[in-house]
Amino acid sequence: MTTEAPILAIDRLTMRFGGIVAVNELSFTAGRRQITALIGPNGAGKTTVFNCITGFYRPSSGVMQLVHDDGAAFRLDRLHDFRICKYAKVARTFQNIRLFPGMTALENLMVAQHNTLMRASGFSLLGLLGAPSFRAAERAAIDFARHWLERIGLTERADDAAGNLPYGDQRRLEIARAMCARPALLCLDEPAAGLNANESAALSELLLSIRDDVGTSILLIEHDMSVVMEISDHIVVLDHGVKIADGAPRAVRDDPKVVAAYLGADEEDAAQVMEGGA
Amino acid sequence: MAFILKKAAISALVALGLFFLMIGIRTEAGSSGQLIYWTRFGELAAMVGAVFAGSIVIELLRRWIGPVGGVELPAGVRATFATLGRLLAPALLIFALLVPVIFYKERYLLDLGILVLTYVMLGWGLNIVVGLAGLLDLGYVAFYAVGAYSYALLAQSPLPLPHLVDGFPFVAFSMEQLGPWAFWVLLPVSGLLAALWGVILGFPVLRLRGDYLAIVTLAFGEIIRLVILNWQDLTGGPNGISGIPRPTVFGIPLTPGEHGFAAMIGVPFSPTHRLVFLFYLILALALLTNWATIRLRRLPIGRAWEAMREDEVACRALGINITTTKLSAFAIGAMFGGFAGAFFATRQGFISPESFTFQESALVLAIVVLGGMGSQLGVALAAIAMIGGFELFRGLDQFRMLVFGGVMVLLMIWRPRGLIGHRAPTVFLQKRTEISSSLVKEGHG
Ligand SMILES: Nc1ncnc2c1ncn2[C@@H]1O[C@H](COP(=O)(O)OP(=O)(O)OP(=O)(O)O)[C@@H](O)[C@H]1O
Ligand SMILES: [Mg+2]
Repeated sequence: MTTEAPILAIDRLTMRFGGIVAVNELSFTAGRRQITALIGPNGAGKTTVFNCITGFYRPSSGVMQLVHDDGAAFRLDRLHDFRICKYAKVARTFQNIRLFPGMTALENLMVAQHNTLMRASGFSLLGLLGAPSFRAAERAAIDFARHWLERIGLTERADDAAGNLPYGDQRRLEIARAMCARPALLCLDEPAAGLNANESAALSELLLSIRDDVGTSILLIEHDMSVVMEISDHIVVLDHGVKIADGAPRAVRDDPKVVAAYLGADEEDAAQVMEGGA
Repeated sequence: MAFILKKAAISALVALGLFFLMIGIRTEAGSSGQLIYWTRFGELAAMVGAVFAGSIVIELLRRWIGPVGGVELPAGVRATFATLGRLLAPALLIFALLVPVIFYKERYLLDLGILVLTYVMLGWGLNIVVGLAGLLDLGYVAFYAVGAYSYALLAQSPLPLPHLVDGFPFVAFSMEQLGPWAFWVLLPVSGLLAALWGVILGFPVLRLRGDYLAIVTLAFGEIIRLVILNWQDLTGGPNGISGIPRPTVFGIPLTPGEHGFAAMIGVPFSPTHRLVFLFYLILALALLTNWATIRLRRLPIGRAWEAMREDEVACRALGINITTTKLSAFAIGAMFGGFAGAFFATRQGFISPESFTFQESALVLAIVVLGGMGSQLGVALAAIAMIGGFELFRGLDQFRMLVFGGVMVLLMIWRPRGLIGHRAPTVFLQKRTEISSSLVKEGHG
């Protein structure tokens, strides 16, 4: 455990939809250059928390503060929409994959570098005239995309439509696309869903390398407990919008409240929690 | 087989219900106003029978054609097609450049060529909005109108620009002083004004998607037309504006006089010169649109348009400002519509609201859809087919629309994704592979 200040601090976050309280007074912190897992039974409010962090929902109340390595601080609850990715550098993936299916894998990664390229293209004017400075920026962007394609093992399929890739590749491509936005915090919504054991193992490795080699902090929603227990530094457990446990993987796994929440929800999940990482 | 029969029987039943009153019973007012009616069950039976037989034929055709579409052509044939496809665009361009030479004597064909190219340009302009950005715009003609009226009004106004600084030649001029340069100065101005209106339309529709967007853009087109129609003082209302300055060859008028273009290059004057010049002018404008679109597609802005068409939510998560992306698509699409409008005004010398009805919007949209959304070549082919085809069927008189509509329906059944049914990637690592348009989204916003 490092003593670095957390990258994300969430304080009494509440999200209401009409009468439903999807997230209730949730407070937790995500460590810098750490993997923080957000788990909980179905409908616990995990995706809602992500949508608040990434600016898709405006929280009913609460404070969310993100601090970059250089000390720049952003109040995510006051920043909205695309600005969260553009300025606060938070990138995300979606529970149901949201690639650009009709564009190639490479193009998907180029779109993620939009803001950098837009500036380099002089808001399209320099680009239209084919300025050398823009050409150089574009080459750099392609190289960066190529680097990520290599990392996820998709170089061969760089020029295939994203919608044509197998499911597991699409999951990894979505992560690579988020990484091409050069985020400080990467939010992954169930990245292991639908993957087989091999693919899950490769995913764990990828996430660890993002944490250790790139130095990006990760916030992870995941139902696959083997992945969660293996790679998380810290786990937050949510049930019915309320935090019921928060701590190191081992402590959380043995927490009777967590076991009870999962037992109440789903026998299989409970069995998974208890087996996971053992 | 049983399935086909069942389907045909259902169709026949629907036809029976529909036609029973329409065809089965004929009513007429008698000599003293009483109702006379008689039955025509024979005709009714014939109609229902025709529907029954027709739906069997269509269903059989579909079965027969369906699998053929999925069959892989031999590699050689495919390679030949690919080469032909690659050569098609340059061949078309060379042909277009030669049209005034080949058909110099045929004024009608030259005129038709100019008309086709105007629609090619409009199609390419709308393609940015609909094909790339996925924003269904049913009021594109509004920008065409704004461009045309901007040019017509500005070129004729006696003194629209005040003498800002006395004795300072660059700002102290009136539009009349533009003289023969009017078109060349006002062309960009018209485009910019149309772009401004594109942004003005863009703002209220930012949050609208799909059908709602289509309805509002349609209304916008009508509003512009109605304003033009009713603002008599400014626009002349239904009487339109006449005496719009004709284009000049960069300042040299195409007139018979001593200072005319013909005298300048030392050939006898002919009215065809202007036609030829207009042809090359619209060809250049259309090619400019094409060049800009192809260029923009490979820039981050163009990729953002396409990404927005594919998935708006994912765009926002990647830090793309949807507002500016949408507005830029509207503005740039509108700008080219405005250029085309200014050209239209200078070509006709007369404009009136009648030229800017919803039918024009629908026609341009049909060109884009038929061409294959997002495909430049497809749009050009579709414009040629639609406008050319329209002229081709002129001999059929009142059946023209019927035949034309039928051909359109058949084309869309045959190629539901338009003539050119694939998308070319904007950047590649190893090789450029065409993307089948069944993967490409049509956009929803
Ligand atoms: N936009 C919305 N409008 C109304 N209710 C919503 C909305 N989004 C989420 N909810 C409700 O909030 C609760 C939490 O949903 P959420 O999607 O955050 O759960 P989750 O923990 O991600 O579940 P899962 O594991 O199934 O993905 C659910 O009861 C859901 O119905
Ligand atoms: Mg969820």
